[in-house]
Amino acid sequence: MKKAVITVLGQDKVGIIAKVCTFLCESNVNILDISQTIVGGYFDMVMVVDITAMTCPFDDAVERLAGIGEEMGLKIKMQHTEIFDAMHRI
Amino acid sequence: MITRNEILETNQMIDDANLDVRTITMGISLLDCADADIDKFNEKVYNKITTYAKDLVKVGDELAKEYGVPVVNKRISVTPIAIAAAGCKTDSYVSIAQTLDKAAKAVGVNFIGGFSALVHKGYTESDRKLIASIPEAMKVTDFVCSSVNIGTSRNGINMDAVKEMGEIIHKTAELTKDKECIGCAKLVVFCNAVEDNPFMAGAFHGVGEADCAINVGVSGPGVVKKALEQVRGADFETLCETVKRTAFKITRVGQMIAREASKRLNVPFGIIDLSLAPTPAVGDSIAEIFQEMGLAEPGAPGTTAALALLNDNVKKGGVMASSYVGGLSGAFIPVSEDHGMIEAAEKGALTLEKLEAMTCVCSVGLDMIAVPGDTTPATLSGIIADEAAIGMVNNKTTAVRLIPVIGRGVGESVEFGGLLGYAPIMAVNPYSCEDFIARGGRIPAPIHSFKN
Repeated sequence: MKKAVITVLGQDKVGIIAKVCTFLCESNVNILDISQTIVGGYFDMVMVVDITAMTCPFDDAVERLAGIGEEMGLKIKMQHTEIFDAMHRI
Repeated sequence: MITRNEILETNQMIDDANLDVRTITMGISLLDCADADIDKFNEKVYNKITTYAKDLVKVGDELAKEYGVPVVNKRISVTPIAIAAAGCKTDSYVSIAQTLDKAAKAVGVNFIGGFSALVHKGYTESDRKLIASIPEAMKVTDFVCSSVNIGTSRNGINMDAVKEMGEIIHKTAELTKDKECIGCAKLVVFCNAVEDNPFMAGAFHGVGEADCAINVGVSGPGVVKKALEQVRGADFETLCETVKRTAFKITRVGQMIAREASKRLNVPFGIIDLSLAPTPAVGDSIAEIFQEMGLAEPGAPGTTAALALLNDNVKKGGVMASSYVGGLSGAFIPVSEDHGMIEAAEKGALTLEKLEAMTCVCSVGLDMIAVPGDTTPATLSGIIADEAAIGMVNNKTTAVRLIPVIGRGVGESVEFGGLLGYAPIMAVNPYSCEDFIARGGRIPAPIHSFKN
């Protein structure tokens, strides 16, 4: 299974998860884990997703998500999980 | 499973503390391009570089996007031209520098290193031609970097070359004086040069290397500084441990990117260079680390000790994080490329003499330091000799990248722009070393070099 991490940071508003998840659904990406908090109106979400059967190229997905973030005034990143494994696991 | 906090920590390092992969440098051997006809040699060099490195920038950008970590520079290092071009029947190697520049531009990299000669024990005819071509080559090219190795711990110091390099630096400054003497920012004089250094201006692809290799330089002074903020006032054990742990994490990212780059480019992975390399940006500075450690300014008493522990713990943390560590690996202290060092030099907290002391324990040497334009070639040679002696006796790489700023003096500054930054012109000891430098010959290898 190929996994990626999506992080969303910024001012909370209606529809953030809906928009991100709609995109993921359209791209055939399965969500494995979501953790989300709001501190002082600040939205902070981390998702782990399965991209094995993703229908679009990885860099397109990165750009699309960043674009959704820009529209909503948020910072959305999608990264391969290896960078986190490399840094935090021996 | 990776935790939420670990994900956020990595991304904070990238977004708030300037964690990046500083350079992916492709080393390319030019030994098989040898030809007596210089035009044919140039053609082979151009074709080899543009074939091997055609996807380098694309792959670097892809990796940056997919892993969310900036890959700042994509660069190329080549076999020292004095070796690769030794068979060419020609008087000047300037056309080779132009070929390298053209190839660098064609593949989109921002520097190409290896307009170099290794003369630590003596000159070949080709070395002489290369060194004589440096000033003109630095003038007519944009991206070519040049280096000359004038000493090693094993062989001593070639003082004829030291003398000549003082003159060459001065001439390079003269020829590029209408561009802030920028030629000198691309020219390094080494003692104990390493063959797999991915960082410019001193990168070249050594003759013991494979045909092609990927070497990666990681960075992250900002990450170390942020980590040290969490242990303010703690004892030295804690301080060292924090640097070590942070260096480990930074290097792991570099290792992962290097492996992936090597796989995608189908080129063997060479080494990771662990160096902490600053940029002129706030939050990406070695000087800020010193301040966080408790020094009011870099240059204050204690700075050499602070740098020694920083350098050592960067190595200790990094070595375990990567299977192959090489290059220069430590902490760089270029003045013009670090806003905190620039400010300290402007205030007079940091002097050339203190920087020289610091180079005994840093990973390289006197780097990106602007000196008055009327500094004589002999004085430049004297500074090179001092620095080479430090490297030779201490079995470490030392380098000199000085910029004599023609027409300007102490109190004025020079601006290179971009990663090269700007620098206040620093005072040089005014007493002459002319007769010392004029002696010529070689300084024999130190006694502890006889290890066989």
